[in-house]
Amino acid sequence: MARFKSGSNLEKVFLSGTLAVTGELGPPKSADRKVIAEKADILKGYVDAVNITDCQTAIVRTSSIASAAILMERGLEPIVQMTCRDRNRIAIQSDILGAAALGVKNLLCLTGDHQSFGNHPEAKNVFDLDSVHLVSCLKNMRDKKIFINGEKMDVAPKMFIGAVENPFADPFEIRAPRVGKKVAAGADFFQTQIIYNVPKFKKWMKQVRDLGLHKKAYIMAGVAPLKSAGMARYMKNFVPGMDVPDEYIERMVEAKDPKDEGINVCVDIINQVKKIEGVAGVHIMAIEWEEAVPVITERAKLLPRPTL
Amino acid sequence: MIKAQRKGLEEIIKMIGSKKKLLIAGCGTCVSICFAGGDKEVSMLSSELKMALKNKKITINQVVPQRQCEKEFNQEIKDQVVKADLVVSLACGVGVQVLAEQFPKAKVVPGLNTLFMGPPKEQGVWFENCAGCGNCVLDLTGGICPVARCAKNILNGPCGGSQNGKCEVSKDTDCGWQLIVDKLKSQGRLKDINKVWEAKNWQTARDGGPREIRREDLLLKHQITNK
Ligand code: SF4
Repeated sequence: MARFKSGSNLEKVFLSGTLAVTGELGPPKSADRKVIAEKADILKGYVDAVNITDCQTAIVRTSSIASAAILMERGLEPIVQMTCRDRNRIAIQSDILGAAALGVKNLLCLTGDHQSFGNHPEAKNVFDLDSVHLVSCLKNMRDKKIFINGEKMDVAPKMFIGAVENPFADPFEIRAPRVGKKVAAGADFFQTQIIYNVPKFKKWMKQVRDLGLHKKAYIMAGVAPLKSAGMARYMKNFVPGMDVPDEYIERMVEAKDPKDEGINVCVDIINQVKKIEGVAGVHIMAIEWEEAVPVITERAKLLPRPTL
Repeated sequence: MIKAQRKGLEEIIKMIGSKKKLLIAGCGTCVSICFAGGDKEVSMLSSELKMALKNKKITINQVVPQRQCEKEFNQEIKDQVVKADLVVSLACGVGVQVLAEQFPKAKVVPGLNTLFMGPPKEQGVWFENCAGCGNCVLDLTGGICPVARCAKNILNGPCGGSQNGKCEVSKDTDCGWQLIVDKLKSQGRLKDINKVWEAKNWQTARDGGPREIRREDLLLKHQITNK
């Protein structure tokens, strides 16, 4: 891989060969910068970069780019999530330029949850581009300094390009080839959907390796601590593309301290996935439970985080 | 082809207001086939209205031209349209507009909600399968349209929400991309989906503004000068 496409801390950690660790922060449903700052401060020092969700599950929240600016003020590196649900190619390219001008160096390209999940199901959606288009748009902006229409720009947005994949969605057989498609479009790193079914993830990783994709992009395994048996069951039954084996549900049911057990399950999963060939990092999604991240990273022996 | 559904009686009654001489105008083509605006549905609405408005001394006429979207067919119902205080059209939105334009003095209101273009799935069930985007790609997707049949009109699908063949928006909706994958696989060309599709040019779709097709070779003046 060429040296420093973006110069982001995350990219440097990958290049150093250290297992990278990223966290996630959901901006508030209000104009409250304090909430963002507080959550950021909890994560600081425990992760290499922090995803900032873009109105996740289609619920209106403070913009991810604005939140990223607050994060940077506090010395954390943001990974700005960007969906295609709410922006056409004009707004997408404009936001990419704006984010880069603010100093954002990582951008995660998503199609986005459908608005029918969120709190404005009456909204008109956009989906002018899809996630693969978004990856290739950003790649062309960064490396060729061109917009989608072919026009040139003077200063390119130097971004490390992220993409996602869900190994637990259907049809399974195209889930690794889809990584290949995003790599071909220009993705530098991947974060997966939350993993509970490790054997299935292993099967997917084997397909990824068979296609040689782990050598072309960094694959981060997505994990999240369970808070309660109820949450585990809810995820299993109601969250599309989420696969929670009964074994973990039982552990949560039997636990005296479910939150602590949830953290232990998460650490167990990290310990399993980090040994899988081709896994270059873990992405810890502890949304609305940021306090879990210091404990998880400690117990999983992921500390201290490198300073590069 | 065009699929529509009757509006609720209350909404229709509200549009009727204090009008007394009503004409219910159906259409003998698309909306007849989907049981929304054919002969039977026109009679049904007429009886529903007579019952609901029985104290109001209204008169109701019924007509079903073969195609409300073409003026020559509407010429046949001209007299009834002109005499009515209000025309409740049970045609699709195309028909309603043609009728309203053709008879500028007539007050024409829609009795249907026009929904989509699509075929029947089984008796009594219809689904959308063409979005009229103006730039057909069905050759690449095994004859299944990703623009109409994927909730996010993804061209490089499926997204991460596809589960058990169903779309993330509803357990009752097929994931269009699962269908595409199955079809390409059955034809031994699954690797076709590895190709990265370029972003679509939406200018040919509604996004380019209201559309018009102009066939110079068919224009009347052109044909006359040719002769
Ligand atoms: S689940 Fe399938 S149909 Fe639904 S948005 Fe995703 S790819 Fe499209």
